[in-house]
Formats: sequence, C-alpha cells, structure tokens
Amino acid sequence: MNFWILQTLNGITFGMVLFLLAAGLSLIYGLMRIVNLAHGCFYLAGAYIALSVIESTNSFLMSLLVGVIAVSILGIIMQRFFLHRFQHDHSSQILLTIGFVLIIGDLVLLIWGGEPKLLPKPLLFQGSVSIRTAIFPAYHLVIIATGLLVAIGLWLLQDKTKMGALIRAGVDDTEMARGLGINVPILFSLVFILGVALSAFGGIIAGPFIGVSPGMEWEILLLAMAVLLIGGQGSLKGAFVGSLLVSLVDNYCKALIPELGMFFIFGSVAMVLAFKPTGLFGKL
Amino acid sequence: MKRWMGIAVILLLLGILPQVLGDYYVILLTKILIFAIFAMSLDIVQGYVGLPSLGHAAFFGVGAYTIGIFSIKVLNNFWINLPLAIVLAGMVAALFGLLVLRTRAAYFFIITAALSEVLYGIACTWRFFTGGHDGMPGIARPDIGFIPWSLLSAANYFYFVLFFFIVAFILMYVVVRSPFGHIIVSIRENELRMRALGYHTWLYKYVSFIIAGLFAGLSGGLLVYLNGFVSPDVLRISLSAEALLMVLLGGAGTLIGPVIGAASVVFLENIVSSYMERWVLMLGIIYVLVVMFTPQGILGLINKMSLKSQAKV
Repeated sequence: MNFWILQTLNGITFGMVLFLLAAGLSLIYGLMRIVNLAHGCFYLAGAYIALSVIESTNSFLMSLLVGVIAVSILGIIMQRFFLHRFQHDHSSQILLTIGFVLIIGDLVLLIWGGEPKLLPKPLLFQGSVSIRTAIFPAYHLVIIATGLLVAIGLWLLQDKTKMGALIRAGVDDTEMARGLGINVPILFSLVFILGVALSAFGGIIAGPFIGVSPGMEWEILLLAMAVLLIGGQGSLKGAFVGSLLVSLVDNYCKALIPELGMFFIFGSVAMVLAFKPTGLFGKL
Repeated sequence: MKRWMGIAVILLLLGILPQVLGDYYVILLTKILIFAIFAMSLDIVQGYVGLPSLGHAAFFGVGAYTIGIFSIKVLNNFWINLPLAIVLAGMVAALFGLLVLRTRAAYFFIITAALSEVLYGIACTWRFFTGGHDGMPGIARPDIGFIPWSLLSAANYFYFVLFFFIVAFILMYVVVRSPFGHIIVSIRENELRMRALGYHTWLYKYVSFIIAGLFAGLSGGLLVYLNGFVSPDVLRISLSAEALLMVLLGGAGTLIGPVIGAASVVFLENIVSSYMERWVLMLGIIYVLVVMFTPQGILGLINKMSLKSQAKV
C-alpha cells in the first residue's frame, strides 16, 4: 500500500514538472507551428546555472531568479537572431533547434562535467510529511502546489487577459491577427520567452528532486513530446492531463519493470494516435 | 558519355587507393562508404518523400545488433547474418511505419526519435542479450565461405564494403528513377493532388519507409563487422541527427548529395576528434551554419555556381 501511495505522489510530482515543460512547448507550437526541440536544453541549462548560483550564494530563490533570467536571454537570442529569419519555413526552424540542442548539450557537458548532480533543497522545505505510514518529502508537495499555481496562472492568462486574447487570436489565424494590427512578431517572441522561462523554471525546481545529468535534454524532451501527442497540441488542458498520465505510467513502469519504461509510454502514445490522431484534447 | 567517364574514373580511384594508402585511411574510407549507404537510405524518406526523420538510427542499430547478437550467441555465418540484419531492420521499419505515418511534419520528427529511443533503452537495459551500456566486443569479421577472400585486412574489407555500396547505390538509383520514385517525389510536392489522382499515397510512403529501413540495416551490419564491436551508441538520437546533417549538407533529394555529405562529415569528425573532444559542439555549429547559409547543400551550391558561370558565357 505504501508503495502505491509513494509512487503515485512521485508520479504526480514529476507530472507537474513535465507540465511546466509541455505547457511551454504546446504554447510555442500552437502559435508558431514549430516544435522547439531545444526545449529540453533550456530545462537542463536552467538547472545547471541554478546549481552554480546555489554553490556560490547558498540561496535557492536567487538561483531560481538567475537561472530563469539567464536561460530566457538565451531563448531570446535563439528566437530573434536565428528562428525569426525563417518565419515561413518551419522545417528549417526545427533543424535549427536540433543544431542548438547539440551545441547547448555539449557546452553543458564541457562546463559542468559528465556526472549526474543533485541540487540542494531549499532550507525551508527540507522536512518530510507522513501520510498514514508513508513518509514523503515536503519538497514534493511544494512542487505539486507550484505546478497547480502555474496551471491556474496560465489558464487565467490565456482566458481572462488581453494578452491571452491576442495569443488565442494568433493561434487561430495568424494572418487575420496581423491584418487586425496585432504585432505578431512581438507576440511570437513573448510566447517563446514565456515557454523557455517555464522550461528553465521546471528544470530548477526539479533539480533537488530528480537531479540533472547530461543527455537528459533528449530524455525529458521525449517525455514532454509524448505528453503533447497524448494530450493534443496547443491545448493547456491536454498538456495538464497528458503530463499526469505520462508521468504516472512512467513512474509505475520504472518501479515495476524498469527495462520497458519508454516502451509503455510510447505504446500508449501509439494507442492514442491510432484512435485519435489529434490527441485527447486536440483540435485540428 | 561524360558521366560514365566520371564514374569509371571514380571507381578506378577507389580500386587503387587501398593499395597506396595506409590502413588508417583505408578504414576511414570504408567508414565513409558505410555512412554513405546510411545517408542515402535516409534521403529516400527525407529528400524524396519529404519526411525528415530523427530516428533513422533505429534501423541502423537493429542491423548492427542483429549481426552482433547472432555472431556471438548463435553462429558467425555471414550468408545468414547479413540478410537477417537487413530483413529484421526492414521488419522494424514496417512496424514503426504503421505508427509514424499517422503524423506529419514536426510530429513525424518526434515520434521517429521517440521510437528509436525506445530501442536505445532496450539495448541499454537488456544486458543478457545486448551487453547493456558496455556493448558487445569481439565480433569477428565474417568468413565468406567458398570464395577465397579473407576480410581480415583493411584493404580487403574495403573492397567488400565497396561492393555493397555499389549494389546499394544501383538499387536505390533504380528505385528513385522508376515510376515509383517519381510518384513519391510528387507526393512530397503535393500529396492532396496525388490522392485526388487516385494514388494510394499512404502505401507509397509506407513502402519507401521500409526500403529506407532495409538499406539502413545493411549499413549498420557493415559497420559492426568493421569495428568488431557494437554498443548502444548505434541507436542514439545524435547518430540520427548526424545522418540528417549528412543529407542536408550534401543536398537532399539526390543520391550523390548524401554521399558527399557523409564523406565530409566523417572526414571532418576524424580531423576534429584528433584535436579536441568537442565534436558534438562542432556538429551543432555546422548544423546551424548549413541551415542558415546553404539550405540546398553542397550540390545546390555547385549547381548555382555552374549556372552563374554559364550565364556569363
């Protein structure tokens, strides 16, 4: 019984981290029609930069701030100077992002070395909580709460604000939005930065929980992609439900039959694709 | 006529080179030919059908592991193992094709990558069969049996691979020049129209995907015989990304392009790796440069220049 409670809570915790990534990926895809393969790199870079900041300042909050800002700047550079040049050529944009994955991944390996590392937990949340007889780290609950808050925030942003209305207009019909005088290039950049920042944020808060290691950029990207394929592209609700599904499946499989973790996840992706090619909540 | 002369000269050169060059360069040339087969096979889906895949290493890896596992655990018979490697790679492609062809563009990219990563995961964890992360060392070069031709020397193995390269090139040439080849190019250009004309476009894409898988399996098998070693690296996404770059760099949608691309990338990797450890970083930089400045690849550049010089005359 304890086993199941723990694995479920672990699964939900990782699901929240995955949601932070998948939401950004989904927003960027919905608006710009490109899949940002470098998304996992931003996660990785965020976590590593935060690690260095913690080691020198000992403040988790500081590392969160510096990590997110630094990675966002990286994101702006990539979007404005590279992706922006190929506005109507989606396949070139995707190929460019592969180049960036290789560059950032190798630089990270060069700077921080090949060993997996764990970020220290923020002092405030180092204790643990017991649920019946199962003991559970308090920090996991903090991640879950953060994920829920971000989900609510994104939903409010998308549905209740002017900015959200502009984004939705851009998603539905970019040409028309442009024709109505909406500054679409600025909108693209803003959404891209938001996505990148969410990814870096996810990497940093997951740092004390799953740690970081080189090569993780692909692993985490593929999981986030599985979320989009299952949940449906460009849908916030899809990203949320998909994240929970994928990470629960991932967690149970890793605990029970570690060899076949990926196999089960992409098996479920295949099932969803076979019956509903647009994903559970996707529109075409 | 001029073209045939060119081919004859190249073949003659390839025939003489192993006799003049040292073993190190002969092995490098062999590697180039093997990756050229791999890149050409990827170009059938990437360039001709217009479906760039980030998981082509899956079929390369299936070919490689088939040779590795069968040579060590069953028997080292080339006449059984190599055809088996090709057929198994084709079968995996047939299975994956059913899934990936339901998606398009960006999602095709991702799901091909994901499926190859599934195989990578299996290769890493199923230690009993694959040796896990350490891989399987000690795979002997095959004995061809009734032909008295030892493959142990670098030069002889080069001729062996050259033979397969020529056969693969001719077969793929026939495929892309046949009506089938013209139809897949038309599907790349306008799938809806081809469907309206009554072509079963899905089937054409599916068959092309399997053909690409077969040749990728062949190249994977040949590489294992060359190295005498197979490890999960043959299933990595970075290998797929490298193959994608070979096709892009040389020129997608041609057969010569991937060969030029493979030669440049393998040669460059060799030079860079002997000076520093940061080959992946270089690969990324080349990627960005190629996409930014020569989207048509080296062949495209050559064509553009020859057009310009003709215009001057």
